[in-house]
Amino acid sequence: MSANIYLHELRARLKSVITWSLSVMLLVIFFLSIFPSFSEQAALMNEMLAKFPPQLLAAFGMGNINLADMLGYYGFLFIFIQLCLSIQASNYGFGLVSIEESELTADFLLSKPVSRWQVMNSKLLAALTSLGITDLVVWLVSLICILLVRGSHAYEPRILLLLFASIVLFQLFFLSIGLVISLLVRRVRSVTPYALGLGFGAYVLNAFSGMLGDVKLELVTPFRHFDPHYIVSHAAYDTPLVLINVAVSVVALVASYWLYIHRDIPAVS
Amino acid sequence: MSIIEVTNLTKYYGKARGIIDVTFNVDEGEIFGFIGPNGAGKSTTIRLLLSLIHPTSGSAKVFGQDVVAYGPQIRRDIGYLPSEVYYYEGMKVSDLLKYSASFYECDCMPRMHELSEIMELEMHRRISDLSYGNKKKVGIVQGLLHSPKLLFLDEPTAGLDPLMQRKFFDLIRQENTRGVTVFFSSHILGEVQRLCSRVGIIREGKIAEISDIKTLQQNNYKKVRVEAMGLTPTDFQLPGVTNLQVEDSTVHFFFKGDINSVVQKISGLQVSDVSIEEPTLEEIFMHYYE
Repeated sequence: MSANIYLHELRARLKSVITWSLSVMLLVIFFLSIFPSFSEQAALMNEMLAKFPPQLLAAFGMGNINLADMLGYYGFLFIFIQLCLSIQASNYGFGLVSIEESELTADFLLSKPVSRWQVMNSKLLAALTSLGITDLVVWLVSLICILLVRGSHAYEPRILLLLFASIVLFQLFFLSIGLVISLLVRRVRSVTPYALGLGFGAYVLNAFSGMLGDVKLELVTPFRHFDPHYIVSHAAYDTPLVLINVAVSVVALVASYWLYIHRDIPAVS
Repeated sequence: MSIIEVTNLTKYYGKARGIIDVTFNVDEGEIFGFIGPNGAGKSTTIRLLLSLIHPTSGSAKVFGQDVVAYGPQIRRDIGYLPSEVYYYEGMKVSDLLKYSASFYECDCMPRMHELSEIMELEMHRRISDLSYGNKKKVGIVQGLLHSPKLLFLDEPTAGLDPLMQRKFFDLIRQENTRGVTVFFSSHILGEVQRLCSRVGIIREGKIAEISDIKTLQQNNYKKVRVEAMGLTPTDFQLPGVTNLQVEDSTVHFFFKGDINSVVQKISGLQVSDVSIEEPTLEEIFMHYYE
């Protein structure tokens, strides 16, 4: 790890971290601020939801949830937090080394006396720090808002902790998958379409697997590995799926290191 | 002592040729010119030596150490000026140079300021606002600020105005007298002729010739021009004659070998004019590329 690369990366990503953190913060504040008025009419709402076809509800992540419950409601909102975080993490993953190559600064960096191993360590740590900052914001804002709006509604701190902790692994998945894909393709010209594709793709896959029922698509998407409704209703993770998630992330990371260390840096052409 | 030892170095990009079986040495303290047209493999060779890319086969050593295994250690003492300079667009010149300096274990600040003054660099400007020539100057300063022992210059003068080119060459000469070895890649022969003591000529990925620049000019080829009545190309069908051209009553050709055979041939003719001269590097170079 080289401190100078780490700091350089952090600085380069500062604006993006602030933007993402603010966006997620506003999302949380907005959704949770309407909870009090929402929960009053939740009985009506639940009644109405019951009339929708279950497949449709599943597609929107609204199957068997109780919106009148504090954490049931937060779980519903949590999917949107996850969606944001997945795009952010994918973005950092895809861009981690590919931006240096598409903006042609890789020559500068790699002709310095640092090993690829050190470069990757520093860049990964910087990306994880950036994601961690966003996590801190999500945690703090969520906690504060829940405490402010819950009123007489009870919530189970243990479940909230499980939800909070889940986003770290959730982000790691998208970061490492984005990274390994960026190293497998010849050249990533623009990071954003890839990141949106991966984030939304994983989300839609989860939604579809809800609609299609039997198809085991959910095995590959972290939106199912860390399905907030499962966590809220079971007060636990779906352990096998979480293990799959971690295994995939680790394999992708190891592969990324290998690919990067053996990579031919494309020349300016 | 050899600073660079390249042995049977080969690089393929998939099926596309990079370089094939390249072997050469660069000695300590010399300025080695590496000439060839675009796409001949000059940059590929430099990128292999910097381990930006990995060899398909063969090996290369810098400072006596293998470039693949000891890349980071070797690069401590290498300065690199790429042919196309790209830096972090959002950064200021001074920040970029400081970032560059932070990779080395020296106090590079005094040298950095000295170099920026020589190259008339505006330190407070953003990289994205700089013209190509000014970016090139940033490249020169960042390549030299850590006082490297070996310099890789990949077509360094493109984008520099003549005045800056001269300053740059003076700078390189100064570095060289301090003992710095220079690997100078270019397709502009004039500048190679001005600066280098030895040249390697690369053509379609293979080394065509390595020699002293003087030997290349003096001992290899003579440019012969003979003017006489009733000449035919067959008059000079001798071993060693190349590039034979006949215009009216004049014959031009290059000759390599024992010059006496040409002189004897000429003595048998009724000539009106004869000249035998050294070819320019340009002509030698063109000759290698036919």
